[in-house]
Amino acid sequence: MSLIFYLIAALTVAGGLAAVLLKNTVHCALALTVAFAGLALLFLNLDAQFAGFAQILVYIGAVAILVVFAILLTKGSETPQGGVFSRTWLVGLTAAAAVFAVLGWAVIASAPLLPKAATPATAATSAMVVTPAPAVPPAPAVTVEQIGRALAGRYVLPLEIVAVLLTAALIGAVIVAMHEKEEAK
Amino acid sequence: MTATASFARSIIETSDQIFVLLKQWLVSFLPAAWQPAAGVVLCVAAIVGLFPALFALTTVLERKGLGRIQNRIGPNRVGPLGLLQPLADGIKSLTKEDIVPARADWAVHFLAPLVLVVAVFMGFAVVPMGRNLVLVDMDAGLLFYFAMGASTELAIFMAGWSSRNKYSLLGAMRAVAQMISYEVALLLSTVVVVMMAGSLSLTKIVAAQNQYTWGLPHWYIFTPWGLAGFLMYAIATTAETNRSPFDLPEGESELVAGYHTEYSGFKFALFFLGEYLAMFSVSGLGATLFLGGWSAPFSFLTWVPSWIWFFSKLMLSIFVFIWLRGTLPRLRQDQLMNFAWKFVLPMTLLNLLVAGLWRFMGEGWERWVLCTAILVVAYVVMGRMGMRREHFGPRSYRYAE
Repeated sequence: MSLIFYLIAALTVAGGLAAVLLKNTVHCALALTVAFAGLALLFLNLDAQFAGFAQILVYIGAVAILVVFAILLTKGSETPQGGVFSRTWLVGLTAAAAVFAVLGWAVIASAPLLPKAATPATAATSAMVVTPAPAVPPAPAVTVEQIGRALAGRYVLPLEIVAVLLTAALIGAVIVAMHEKEEAK
Repeated sequence: MTATASFARSIIETSDQIFVLLKQWLVSFLPAAWQPAAGVVLCVAAIVGLFPALFALTTVLERKGLGRIQNRIGPNRVGPLGLLQPLADGIKSLTKEDIVPARADWAVHFLAPLVLVVAVFMGFAVVPMGRNLVLVDMDAGLLFYFAMGASTELAIFMAGWSSRNKYSLLGAMRAVAQMISYEVALLLSTVVVVMMAGSLSLTKIVAAQNQYTWGLPHWYIFTPWGLAGFLMYAIATTAETNRSPFDLPEGESELVAGYHTEYSGFKFALFFLGEYLAMFSVSGLGATLFLGGWSAPFSFLTWVPSWIWFFSKLMLSIFVFIWLRGTLPRLRQDQLMNFAWKFVLPMTLLNLLVAGLWRFMGEGWERWVLCTAILVVAYVVMGRMGMRREHFGPRSYRYAE
């Protein structure tokens, strides 16, 4: 783990904490954006260009804007007078700990699988290039082109299903919004 | 004979690569370990220095050009022909008092112009400004560019919200709504280029267009889908950079100045800079995607250095921006949204289909006829349908009678 990783991780965690602890909801939304940006940087640090840029494009460009619009259009934009902790914080903490535990377990459980799958390929490449056998296999480099080919080839059906689902959701949202307007007349 | 020819060729090669060679020469004074980092710092410094200088030049051009369009002279007092006007403006904005409203959110108010300018500058990193003249040749260059472009919306929101001023907030909301609406069209209008070039890398997109038949270039604008895509791109980027006729977020008569009403001094200058840098950036990207980037317009002109072509195309589109601003009246909010969602977006979607047809119909004249016909018919039908609902006549006032 390099220094850059720790810096980005600290930024992400600080953004996430600020999003929870700040009083002003718009500040929370902006802090959440910092956490999103930190995650994108983490992806880029792992050489996952597509995931990193998609993270910025979707989360900072769209989701963060959606969040601030939602805050401003509802009555939640006033700063609460009391503390920021809700009464059911214990339940929230338990749920968060459970989610974290599952994620952590998944990451730790998948770690031993990686070197085994990559060993034959690494052996071949390290035999050709005269280098001391690396203890950690090199991360599999996935280019944007490969992701594109996979999405338009092998995974085209799930992609189309997701697209139809999103279109249906979009039309549904428009219908819900339009209905209210017609009644008001 | 051959000696002079090879000498001429080396001159052409050197003038074409002059900035690359200059960087290598400057970097060679440093120890080898520092060279890559120093090279990057030099390139960044060049970008950060060049485009604000171009911004200064463009402000004079714009004020002079608008003056000419409006039958007046424009600035002519500072320096010869008013050319030193940006210097005076810069000194003025630097020495002015930096006013922050008492109830403003000072941290967000301070950060907003910085975030905007940084995000806009990032876009220049992937745009190839000449042969071998690109800061980062990224595999996902176009995606990077749009990711950075999407981040500017939040900066505008931050500026409007943190000012605690209803005009600022309204302007920011308008700007964000407009940018989100036109961003869809913007992204979709560039997808056709990605489909044809088969790559998101901007250098590869330029390379795909840098070929000649009968001395004419293979620029994407010279195809039916490319022309339609370019027009959509031009409309969407004009809206995206909040330029006239899409400058509702800054409508002076109703919103004072929009999201930067409460900014003064150098922070205001930063917003101004950000707007113009965004214009350069989208012009550069448009030239790269549709106008062949740094390639020459005729094969017998390939000896002219590539960066001259790139910056000529860039300044040409800046000229069109200024021309549009001097010519077209501002749109109304409902016209703006209707135009985005009911005309530009369907046309870009149709253009995707047309590009697919073009790709799979193979070489020949049939695809020219068919693709052009589809686009023209769609344009006429959608235009007629859109205009039928409009009622032209004397304006009716609801409250101001």
